[in-house]
Amino acid sequence: MLKIIAGLVCFLIILFSPVGYNIITGRTYYVPMLKVPQGDCVESTVYMRKRHMEVLERWRNAYVRDGIKRYISINGIYRIGLTGTCLKCHSNKAEFCDRCHDYGGIKPKCWDCHHIPEVKAEK
Amino acid sequence: MKIILPFFAVSGIAAVIYIGVKVYNLQLVFGIILPYLCFILALVGFIARIIRWAASPVPFHIPTVCGQQRSLPWIRSSKIDSPVTGLGVLFRVLGEVLFFRSLFRNDRANLYGEQKRIIYSSDKLLWVGALLFHWFLLVIILRHLRLFLEPVPSWIISLQGLDGIFETTMPGVYISNVFISLSILYLLFRRFRSRIRYISLPADYFILFLLGGIILSGILMRHIYRIDILDAKAFIMGLIYLKPMVHEGLGAMFYVHLGLVSILTLYIPHSKLMHMAGVFLSPTRNLKNNSRMKRHINPWDYPVKVHTYEEWEDEFKDALKEAGIPLDR
Repeated sequence: MLKIIAGLVCFLIILFSPVGYNIITGRTYYVPMLKVPQGDCVESTVYMRKRHMEVLERWRNAYVRDGIKRYISINGIYRIGLTGTCLKCHSNKAEFCDRCHDYGGIKPKCWDCHHIPEVKAEK
Repeated sequence: MKIILPFFAVSGIAAVIYIGVKVYNLQLVFGIILPYLCFILALVGFIARIIRWAASPVPFHIPTVCGQQRSLPWIRSSKIDSPVTGLGVLFRVLGEVLFFRSLFRNDRANLYGEQKRIIYSSDKLLWVGALLFHWFLLVIILRHLRLFLEPVPSWIISLQGLDGIFETTMPGVYISNVFISLSILYLLFRRFRSRIRYISLPADYFILFLLGGIILSGILMRHIYRIDILDAKAFIMGLIYLKPMVHEGLGAMFYVHLGLVSILTLYIPHSKLMHMAGVFLSPTRNLKNNSRMKRHINPWDYPVKVHTYEEWEDEFKDALKEAGIPLDR
């Protein structure tokens, strides 16, 4: 009986451990905030939030495999390129990319090849 | 009928949630009220059931063993399959929990040879299927922790990277998703075979369809009906810290997934899914095989009021003597 109660208590501790973990780290209500640059992105913000990874993959395949260099969307015509196009506006990886990726536990492979842009000093 | 009914029950639940969210905007009901209600009821039910089990005495010492019992020092005994020490029992139970030891043995009867002798062997495919299902379920649950923990511990990210090591598409296909789908299909189709179909109940299919629905909605959410993962995490953090909020970036598929998981949680204490706790409480596995060394007293035993022959004879002494019946005393 005592052993079973001990086992049950262990189970409950494991079950509720995430609750305690976040309280200990003090990030219970943390939600990442992004500095969104002015102007339009290549697609709408809602679309980019959900599917930017697919856009980037399509871009890579189009550019590297098929040699297509332009991307036409409803917002205009863009040159395909992470460094050349995306990073022109979203220049701060730590304050843009990493915010959400860290929050969601995502480790994208972009930076295996791509150069991490240097942060320009704010004026 | 045994198969169709649970199938439509699960699809019905999924459809109600999908339509409820998509058409009637019932995010509050299916995203917040249903999970809370199911979780609380499941927790209470789970604890109540364990307490009830714990309160029931074990009248007999009944380990079923499959190895040489410890006897004389020069006879080699099986320390885990016929344990006499607490450590042996621990390893035995761990073998059961982690590797499904019992499933690897004597669970299939076959007739062999001219004489049609019955021989029991193990159903290796069932063992592999069950093992794959449970281990990959663990991997998937651990992966989901990234939505519950902030900051995300690095070991979860490593596990995720390992699980998604085949970067086939964007987002990558997880190995665990592939194997859990294959194993749940196997566990389902296994029941369609005539001999097992005969002993299968609607409840058996219901669990399989429910788990299948959860797996399917999760995979669809990852690969087709994409949701905003940040909103998902913010939503879950809100749920566990009792500040629930409806987020916009979550599609109907998220609520289907969450709703089916809630139903599964609710169903746990009332179903054979309680084997997650019961496996630790199997008296045939968690008792020491020491019944020849120690006497196991039945906890139900109580001092029985007996009326011995001697007392009886004393009571009716005169009548017995009169009838000429020989007396002991």
